[in-house]
Amino acid sequence: MIEAQNISKSFGNNTVLRDVSFKVAEGESIAIIGRSGTGKSVLLKHLIGLLMPDEGTVRVRGVEINNMPERELLAVRRQFGMLFQGAALFDSMDVAENIAFPLRRAGETDEAEIQQRVSEMLRLVEMPGVETKLLSELSGGMRKRVGLARAIVHRPAIILYDEPTTGLDPVVSDSIDQLILRVRDQFNITSIIITHDMRSARRIGQRIIYLRDGQVYLDATAEEVFNSEDLLVSQFVNGEANLKEGVM
Amino acid sequence: MRRGGDNPKGGRVSTQTAGGGVTSFVASMGSIVLLGGEVLRSLFTTRLHWNEFIKQLHFVGWKSQVIVLTTGASTGMVFCAQTFFQFHKMKMDNATLTVVGVAMITELGPVLAGLMVAGRVGAAISAELGTMRVTEQIDALRTMATHPVDYLVVPRFLATVIAMPLLTVLAWGVGIAAAYLLSITVLGLEGSYGLRHLYFYVDTQDVLLGCIKALFFGGIIALVGCYRGLNCGEGAEGVGRATNEAVVQSCIAILVSNFFLTLLLRGILYP
Repeated sequence: MIEAQNISKSFGNNTVLRDVSFKVAEGESIAIIGRSGTGKSVLLKHLIGLLMPDEGTVRVRGVEINNMPERELLAVRRQFGMLFQGAALFDSMDVAENIAFPLRRAGETDEAEIQQRVSEMLRLVEMPGVETKLLSELSGGMRKRVGLARAIVHRPAIILYDEPTTGLDPVVSDSIDQLILRVRDQFNITSIIITHDMRSARRIGQRIIYLRDGQVYLDATAEEVFNSEDLLVSQFVNGEANLKEGVM
Repeated sequence: MRRGGDNPKGGRVSTQTAGGGVTSFVASMGSIVLLGGEVLRSLFTTRLHWNEFIKQLHFVGWKSQVIVLTTGASTGMVFCAQTFFQFHKMKMDNATLTVVGVAMITELGPVLAGLMVAGRVGAAISAELGTMRVTEQIDALRTMATHPVDYLVVPRFLATVIAMPLLTVLAWGVGIAAAYLLSITVLGLEGSYGLRHLYFYVDTQDVLLGCIKALFFGGIIALVGCYRGLNCGEGAEGVGRATNEAVVQSCIAILVSNFFLTLLLRGILYP
């Protein structure tokens, strides 16, 4: 469904991704893990065409999206939903307007249908009745839920999560994980999640890709990753600092 | 608009680091012209977002009235008083209102309204879009199959281009009215004589010249503001710098282009 082949990307003199390759099958859920600054978010943005690789190719359902003009990419992106790290909700709109945005952009004009879909999504993320609330009235966890509702309201085939539980308390993080699983199972959505939260990665990722220094260090099932005897992998998944490497 | 691709947040690396002030100014003006081309293309090929357009028209047009009225009245009165003091020495008192009128309509009205709107609207556009960029709202738009130029730039461009001539007419009206009131109440001039001369010496071409300039300045303010916002640097500092650059660059562009527009439009409108 999505195929990244030999992707390399630099920003100035800083090489962020080096020769990254992997495939994601339809309906699969992948967790991408790795230390901060190792290129996880950059990789995710390549998959939806927000960034273009210096070398390599990205294919979405067989269509190569590299160097595709922005206006042609818009059609490709209709297959995606994305939950941003900070939710990236539009602060000039209330909750309902935010969630309805992708529907209106897709040409839906039946207001009753739009409102019904918005309410349905809010029930799914366990926030019924907040349609008219302003974003300033929502907590971080609530924003993430609204962001998730907005990402799935148009029933995308693929959903990208950029650190969905970062900055949330363990209980809220757990509820977000459960929502992600519910969305995946209910709509059979292909999911790619970037996370630092190893518990989330284990629960959500059928496969885990460990990025290290901009390269794929390990691409294996969750069980293999968490039972790995490789020192670097086990240190990372168990959250053990290696002071010799300067990891604090 | 450039596709994001030069920094991890999807924006463009600032040209300020690439060269000196003049080079970066010229380079960014080139990018702004390209953005203008994209806006024109979008205007004729995609559906206008009416809600966003009306909201922007209200913000740019309606809410800029106070600052434009104040600037117009103040300029009209000060210019009238200074002109009178100089003309009085040459016994040309009655030409005062005519000079004020012609100057307000062809130069002072559009330029001062442009500078005021650049300060108020250009800064607001740049800060809003810049904040949207650093909080990934622009990327979110793109992931929802929405081109930022269609949704954000076109309504702001259209609203500013429509509002600027109307605000300029407002500046003319209040500037000339203030000058007229000052001349008859304080300076002791004969009002009807001044108005008759004003009507006689102001041509349709002068009005057209002022309106075309205002239209052009509106386009500059919107495009510079949007460009700076969409390409701003990271964090609060990046948004602050983008806002500052938007106002400075719009004001410089208005003042420089005013000179060339005067020469060009004089050649076209006054054959």
